[in-house]
Amino acid sequence: MPGVSSPERIDVSIEHKRADPAASNGEKAHPNTCPGCGSHYRDEELAEHLRVCTQCGFHYPVRAPERVEQLADPGSFEEEDGELRSADPLGFFDLRPYVERLAEAESVTGLGDAMLTGRAAIDGHPCRLAAMDFSFMGGSMGSVVGERFARACDRAADERGVLVSISASGGARMQEGILALMQLPKTVAAVDELHEAGGTLISVLAHPTTGGVTASFASLGDVILAEPGALTSFAGPRVVAQTTREKLPDDFGLAESNYRFGHVDAVVPRPELRPTIARLLRLFGGPS
Amino acid sequence: MTQEAELGLRDRLAQLSGLKLLRGTRLSAEHERLQRQLERLREDTSDEEIWKRVELARHESRPYTLDYVERILDDWFELHGDRGRMDDSAMVAGIGRLNGQTVALVGHQKGRDLKSRVHRNYGMAYPEGYRKAMRTMALAERHGFPVVTLVDTPGAYPGVAAEQHGQGGAIARAQAVMLRLGVPTVAVVIGEGGSGGAIAIAVADRVLMQENAMYSVISPEGCASILWRDAAQAKKAASAFKPDAAHCLELGVIDGIVPEPEGGAQEDHDAAAALLRDSVIAHLHELADASPDELRRTRRAKFRSLGVLASV
Repeated sequence: MPGVSSPERIDVSIEHKRADPAASNGEKAHPNTCPGCGSHYRDEELAEHLRVCTQCGFHYPVRAPERVEQLADPGSFEEEDGELRSADPLGFFDLRPYVERLAEAESVTGLGDAMLTGRAAIDGHPCRLAAMDFSFMGGSMGSVVGERFARACDRAADERGVLVSISASGGARMQEGILALMQLPKTVAAVDELHEAGGTLISVLAHPTTGGVTASFASLGDVILAEPGALTSFAGPRVVAQTTREKLPDDFGLAESNYRFGHVDAVVPRPELRPTIARLLRLFGGPS
Repeated sequence: MTQEAELGLRDRLAQLSGLKLLRGTRLSAEHERLQRQLERLREDTSDEEIWKRVELARHESRPYTLDYVERILDDWFELHGDRGRMDDSAMVAGIGRLNGQTVALVGHQKGRDLKSRVHRNYGMAYPEGYRKAMRTMALAERHGFPVVTLVDTPGAYPGVAAEQHGQGGAIARAQAVMLRLGVPTVAVVIGEGGSGGAIAIAVADRVLMQENAMYSVISPEGCASILWRDAAQAKKAASAFKPDAAHCLELGVIDGIVPEPEGGAQEDHDAAAALLRDSVIAHLHELADASPDELRRTRRAKFRSLGVLASV
């Protein structure tokens, strides 16, 4: 069907409720200005409030290292597999070479790829963490994200422990072509092995979790949590609107809608996320 | 074309040569074609060549799943419905006899005229389609039937209801179901292998592509509109992410290429079906003696190994 774009990798910034209201006036709002109510914050204020607007409850995006800091006991996090980097099997070149985009993403974010993994403790309960970072190429999943996630599963499986994943991703990474698609079955296989070993996956969906990540490990959690207002869909609103010409409901693909339709277990505001995960870690009886 | 890919084809050729003794004359045709293919693949796959395959993969006269079903299976009994909500006609499923053995077959289905295209939703399944696939595979598992899947979709349907019914979760679970099957599985991309909608039924022991099929993470138009900001650059996008069978083989994503009649499968449906049938039978034959555990272990290991990494 000509003109149908695949829903795998989408630009979620357009025509979405969370889109910056100031952007429609042609001006670019300051990143610390709340898109929900226009309140403005200093950096340290935002960090102190876990990047949640104290006026309207809007959840700002959280980078992977800060996410780990918010969730893990101080000093408990040890990164693993940080040495892994993407290769460029296709010699991919669009308007710029893939290797250049990778190098730029690494220098801007300080991360080797879009997922940070390692061991940690949450409220004294040891676990594994896998936190995605949307600012690294839209949190897209290529070979490194797939491999880091799979190894984190293996390590959790060895201990019959718990892996907590926090996803934020536009989907599979186009620049790795068909190999990016293969990260879907790869991560699904890893979760399956974790489950077979008696381990647990707690999947937290942050804004946005779409495309290939929704269609793989993020949907396979023993428990699935989502942050308020997070877009957590397979196809993004723009693709759906363009393909189907349907009128989209106001809450299309949002965490609250997915909760109503039975796809997530709970919508958890960020300040309650750490205590909620700690409770689940106790319930699933990981080593303590 | 790297040496490994060539070795892959050589390997298949060698296997076929061995099989020919057991399986009669038909395979010799495939043998010949593979040899021809090997020669063709040695030449560089040019951008034009890649785009030509994209067009053939989407050719409106190309055989679709049910065209193959009626030519390769005897006594086909189609199953309908996901046992929950509805019957998704973009996905067909059923059981039939292949070479004297009952198999389960699952595949995307496109329509050929306007009415049937709409009825088949252009081969784009809802979650209900993937749930029908899953329950058919569960049935196959219970009865020890090998599973054959035919992949031909632009992608899973991106619609409001599809999202509300859990499109992402259905695709994820379908992959998990396939990874856990204790029966032999063969997936063949027969046209468009579009992204998540394709992989949902392509996590098999053997993944094959027809010579002019495509398999990709995103449609060329989708990729072009995101990276080039212009869907008209689809040809450039396709040559950048290389969705053709030769490159998929080279990257280790597929295990073999199923030859097509001269000019493409649309030229001769019967001949295309005969070639497809021979390949599927040959691969199922190779898998026939493996134990359920062995199948699961090998299949998981294969998909766990996909990806290309560097380290610092």
